[in-house]
Amino acid sequence: MSIIVKQVTQLLAGIIFMFGIYIILHGHLTPGGGFAGGVIIAGAFILLILAYGSSALRLKKEVAGSSNTESVGILLVVVLALVAMLIGARVFFFNFLPKGNPGELLSAGVIPLYNIFIGIEVAGALLSIFLALIIFKEESSK
Amino acid sequence: MELTISIILVFMIIGAIFALHAKDLLSAVITMGFVGFCLVICFLLLKAPDLAIVQIVIETITLVIMVAVVLDSTRQELKVPVDRRSIFNMIAGFIAFAGLFYFFSAAIETLDPLGVHSLRMAESYVNGAVEKTGSINLVTGVLFDFRAYDTMGEAVILYTAALGTLTLLRIKGKK
Amino acid sequence: MTVYLLCFVLFLVGLYGLITRRNLIKIIISKAITEFSVFLFLVLIGYIDQGQAPIVNPGSVDQVYVDPLPQAMVLTAIVIGLATTAMLMAIAIRLFRKYKTFDIREIKNLRG
Repeated sequence: MSIIVKQVTQLLAGIIFMFGIYIILHGHLTPGGGFAGGVIIAGAFILLILAYGSSALRLKKEVAGSSNTESVGILLVVVLALVAMLIGARVFFFNFLPKGNPGELLSAGVIPLYNIFIGIEVAGALLSIFLALIIFKEESSK
Repeated sequence: MELTISIILVFMIIGAIFALHAKDLLSAVITMGFVGFCLVICFLLLKAPDLAIVQIVIETITLVIMVAVVLDSTRQELKVPVDRRSIFNMIAGFIAFAGLFYFFSAAIETLDPLGVHSLRMAESYVNGAVEKTGSINLVTGVLFDFRAYDTMGEAVILYTAALGTLTLLRIKGKK
Repeated sequence: MTVYLLCFVLFLVGLYGLITRRNLIKIIISKAITEFSVFLFLVLIGYIDQGQAPIVNPGSVDQVYVDPLPQAMVLTAIVIGLATTAMLMAIAIRLFRKYKTFDIREIKNLRG
């Protein structure tokens, strides 16, 4: 790709990443949530890969990183649900943190934490799928 | 509202029939992307902004993956001779589809028309949702508090699909 | 009622492609079209006339909101649809590298 595309993509990928984090964090106030923010973050990374070309050597380290990220994401979801069961309510997936006033950023108990963990998991999974396809394409056409 | 969605659905049906009969695989993939974007317009008209965000980004990612696969392999569609077996398949298919259509139109006679509240159980979810969950986005509250098991199941399916793709596309290194 | 019948016609178009096409890419496209019709049908059932998007306005009372339960179900289904489509594309790439064609009848005839 030409140098104009590479420079503009470098700027835009950062802005899209910040927008994805904003959508995840405000998931209980505005439309969005964990799934929408997670796919937007994956889209930012896919944009970077498409603009800067793909050489299989550099992308193999990325696969290890994104695979670990998605594993950590789903592990944290299950751990948070187990903590809710062990604290005292004896119910899996219980909303045990204080709820606060509806409409503020720190409200809705345990829901913002679930949004963040599910967002990490979805972004890691989609990035792993895309990287696997690109690395296979590069490796077998050599 | 019913007229608008019906017109958009007619466009989607025409696009779908064209995508199945296209002679070039790249045209078929791009027309599938068009059907997906019409679905985004339908979601926005039906007051579902969460779904519109997710569908538009996922449709873009699907298009990128499919175009990468099609341009890397072959672009042309196979030449299929129209013989007796394929005509018999098509006629049998149409008869079966006519039967299915009749049964479906008999099954939805008990549904209320578009716009009247059809699901009675959802009122118990909506009425006290802001006090019980604390979030003012009702879809997020339903997804992560009332129906958290479904979200965990979806996360597990996504994780398994990512692992499955990584396993399928592994190249053995030569030792 | 016309909208529901048109949704089912889109489902039948996808089913027709799934049965009669021989190219593997066309089969994957038909599966995606079938899923689109199911998503639209589920969201259509939950629509209420003069209802608002399901974000509660903390000031107003007695406001009718669109049903959020089908929207939550379709939200997870969209992401799962992408995952299964990507996995089918991985199988398609593998088959093309080995047999040099996308035709499912020839792939069935070649063995080993």
